[in-house]
Amino acid sequence: MDALVSTEGLAKSFAPNATPAIQSLTTKIKAGQVTGLVGPDGAGKTTLMRLIAALLQPSEGRIDVQGRDTRTEGAAIHDEIGYMPQRFGLYEDLSVMENLTLYADLRGVVGDERTATFEKLLAFTDLARFTDRLAGALSGGMKQKLGLACAMLKSPKLLLLDEPSVGVDPISRRDLWKMVYSLIDQGVGVVWSTAYLDEAENCAEVIVLNQGRVLFQGDPKDMTAKMAGRVFKLHGAGAERRALLARTLTSDDVIDGVMQGEAIRVVIAEGAAAPTAQSIGAASVTIAPTPPRFEDAFVAMLGGQPKRTLAQATRQRSDGDGKAPVQAKALTRRFGSFTAADHISFEIARGEIFGLLGPNGAGKSTTFKMMCGLLRPTEGSALVDGLDLYKAPSAARARLGYMAQKFSLYGDLSVAQNLDFFAGAYGLSGARRREAVGRVIEAFDLKPFLNENSGGLPLGFKQRLALSCAIMHEPPVLFLDEPTSGVDPLTRREFWGFINAMVGRGVTIMVTTHFMDEAEYCDRVALIYRGKCIAVDTPEALQHAVKSKDIPEPTLEDAFIALVEQHDRAQQAAA
Amino acid sequence: MIWTRLLALIVKEMLAAFRDPKARMALVMPPLIQFFLFAFAATLEVSNVPVGVLNQDWGAQSEQLISRFERASAFSEVRRYGSEAEARAAIDRQDVMVVIQIGQDFSRKLAGNERPTVQLLLDGRKSNSAQILSNYLNTIIAQYSAAYRMGGAALQPESEIVDRSWYNPNRGYRESMVPVLIATLPMTMVLMIVGMSVARERELGTFEQLLVSPLQPLEIVVGKAVPGLIVGFAQCTIITLIVIFGFGISLTGSALVLFTGLAIFLVSIIGIALFISSLVSNQQQAMMGIMVTMMPLMMLSGFSSPVQNMPDWLQPIAQINPLTHIVVVIRGVFLRDMAFGAVAERLWPMAAIAVVTISAAAWMFRRKIQ
Repeated sequence: MDALVSTEGLAKSFAPNATPAIQSLTTKIKAGQVTGLVGPDGAGKTTLMRLIAALLQPSEGRIDVQGRDTRTEGAAIHDEIGYMPQRFGLYEDLSVMENLTLYADLRGVVGDERTATFEKLLAFTDLARFTDRLAGALSGGMKQKLGLACAMLKSPKLLLLDEPSVGVDPISRRDLWKMVYSLIDQGVGVVWSTAYLDEAENCAEVIVLNQGRVLFQGDPKDMTAKMAGRVFKLHGAGAERRALLARTLTSDDVIDGVMQGEAIRVVIAEGAAAPTAQSIGAASVTIAPTPPRFEDAFVAMLGGQPKRTLAQATRQRSDGDGKAPVQAKALTRRFGSFTAADHISFEIARGEIFGLLGPNGAGKSTTFKMMCGLLRPTEGSALVDGLDLYKAPSAARARLGYMAQKFSLYGDLSVAQNLDFFAGAYGLSGARRREAVGRVIEAFDLKPFLNENSGGLPLGFKQRLALSCAIMHEPPVLFLDEPTSGVDPLTRREFWGFINAMVGRGVTIMVTTHFMDEAEYCDRVALIYRGKCIAVDTPEALQHAVKSKDIPEPTLEDAFIALVEQHDRAQQAAA
Repeated sequence: MIWTRLLALIVKEMLAAFRDPKARMALVMPPLIQFFLFAFAATLEVSNVPVGVLNQDWGAQSEQLISRFERASAFSEVRRYGSEAEARAAIDRQDVMVVIQIGQDFSRKLAGNERPTVQLLLDGRKSNSAQILSNYLNTIIAQYSAAYRMGGAALQPESEIVDRSWYNPNRGYRESMVPVLIATLPMTMVLMIVGMSVARERELGTFEQLLVSPLQPLEIVVGKAVPGLIVGFAQCTIITLIVIFGFGISLTGSALVLFTGLAIFLVSIIGIALFISSLVSNQQQAMMGIMVTMMPLMMLSGFSSPVQNMPDWLQPIAQINPLTHIVVVIRGVFLRDMAFGAVAERLWPMAAIAVVTISAAAWMFRRKIQ
């Protein structure tokens, strides 16, 4: 098959002395298949996309798109490809139709051709019903579909999609993939970049990038296959499983280990002996081999999970009075006639990780905000450690730690100044402040960065600092808003390592996510859909509930989609 | 506990404003530059300008008149032109703003006790300055003809109006305008610092981080207000010192009264800034809000045109403008020793504005989380 794009010794640096964004890349991208550009944030995916789209000039080497050199024939290339940048330039104040018309004008699609193309694309993206809606009022998934439609106006041979699945819920994500596959059948070459490693398995070929270097090129199945026989699931550790995971990871034979609901998934080093109940020192645990995932291979390629033993960030908490530290009692929030959250109730036990799961706009964030004290419920109450957040706001807030979705500390202040400020904001002064700040500096290894501006820290350390600021006052309850979306797998493991350690000490965690990997770290998840809590259970129980002939081994994502569809059917039947 | 939290917030705000060298420069340089621009460039006096003369008269009287122009301190030079075309070209090139054309019968008419005519050709493109120049010249000409008649025909002068400007005897522009900068420049700065800071935090997501902490809405308001007050007060002090020692404009009244007034004024401005920031959701909107507020604050303050000259319906609006009151206080304290009673009459409206706006801002912040 002809290569749509071929690169030779391609390199790109943005400054003479900086580490290159792309290093010596030689590859071919073929027509009629999806090529995945896989890697964490900052790996060089967007740079490579922009190089292919002839929006950047290579520093070294060359890159040909359909036989044209991007250096000299950029304009011709622009005409032949479709490029959907990360935040596609949709005009939020224009309607769907106005956006399409604008891009059709810009790309010179006029007359009968325009009518035909619009009809085809609106049917294809299922946006025909929403042509009058403002683009800003669309959900994340619909925005991406509209972006895709705009990129498809000229029926390109090559379609570049930069992280199309960010901010898109699992159902819309599945739709996007379906759309891309139907394009493939028409012979279009698609480049799909993603930080979600599970998406690599959907691609015919992948280019795995990490810090500008290519780790792997080829069929993702080949990469995963290398891990065969090295992945195991440990069942039956019960409440001890977090401690067991931490203990297992200390062994040199184990290169990776994560929680998966009530099970532990471990990856052993190449050539190491399979773990046994004796070797991990837990007699009651059953160990079974399990098929490897792409992520296992990725982590193994990066040399496994970093093994650093860090000091404990919080002290052991007493069991308290046995009451649930977090309680949502019939939380309801109405915006005008719209009910964003409808009588949502749950209780989180001490030392439990509880996930709020749901598509965008389902009421997950509304519920989370009410639990944090950021949004007053219309009805119902939110209790933290037995205190009502809206009756005793200051006292209740003093007992919770909060870590926002994006890095939200003061980037212009140094690490030490941020720590000092948050310690003060939580009322710590004098010796208690010094002690609290000292403790987190030690626990999170922040010493080398104390005088650096926090905005310039590496991502992993930003997360550590954000977590430090949230827990200095030793809250019994910690709320995390999509803490590790878009974060590379190693940083994510490290972060959850901290969280697991705190849970081991009796801290209670509530986390929102639409990222299935994150949900797997949870003891229990609540599925929020259309303002209602449609299921609360352990991840296994949810997966088990949707097991059927069609999906014998449902993933959590499968369970999520099946439960949502089930709910929709029940609603229709009732109506 | 509450003091620990407040102190942490204030220290953080000060660090955020001063840690970055660029931000530091942005706080210090623009007010200084504006100050010198206002003080030197934007003047209403006309001095050191050349004037042109087209003398078609051959008598001694016209030469006497011209020598009066030459002696006037407002004019740097008197340029003579030989023909109307030359004079026209000079105005065209903007060499001079005015040409005084003395008709050929000037001396004859003056000697014959008739009314002589002098024509002023003014450059209408600079209507303001030309207007002022025309006044100067009219005065000189009138004085000359009066003096001539006194000496010559011994006519009794008609009754004459003599005006004296109390408190500003030289009627200097500088004496009345420059001290007002003590209030207006810190006002723009404080509006910016305080108005933008909440919006910036909202954009960065740190504002939510503050809202989930035990800090109460009123504490956040105070924590945002105090750094603005410190920065504003420091600026007021520096500019006051420059006005007194740099410009030699002496402070007639009491410094204590002046700074009490300034403190209350700054708090009321901070209140307005906080109220704006409680309404907006990003820095762009905050910027718009500040701009939209700043112009009316300036225009309706009596800073450049007296409040009494405004239409009746605008005058009450000027009364709810803190700048109106502080301008009166500053001019009062600098140019005369304004009595404390009169000052107090100006202080309480500003205090009232401060209380209203700050409570409104705190209420808005509280409402945002409900």
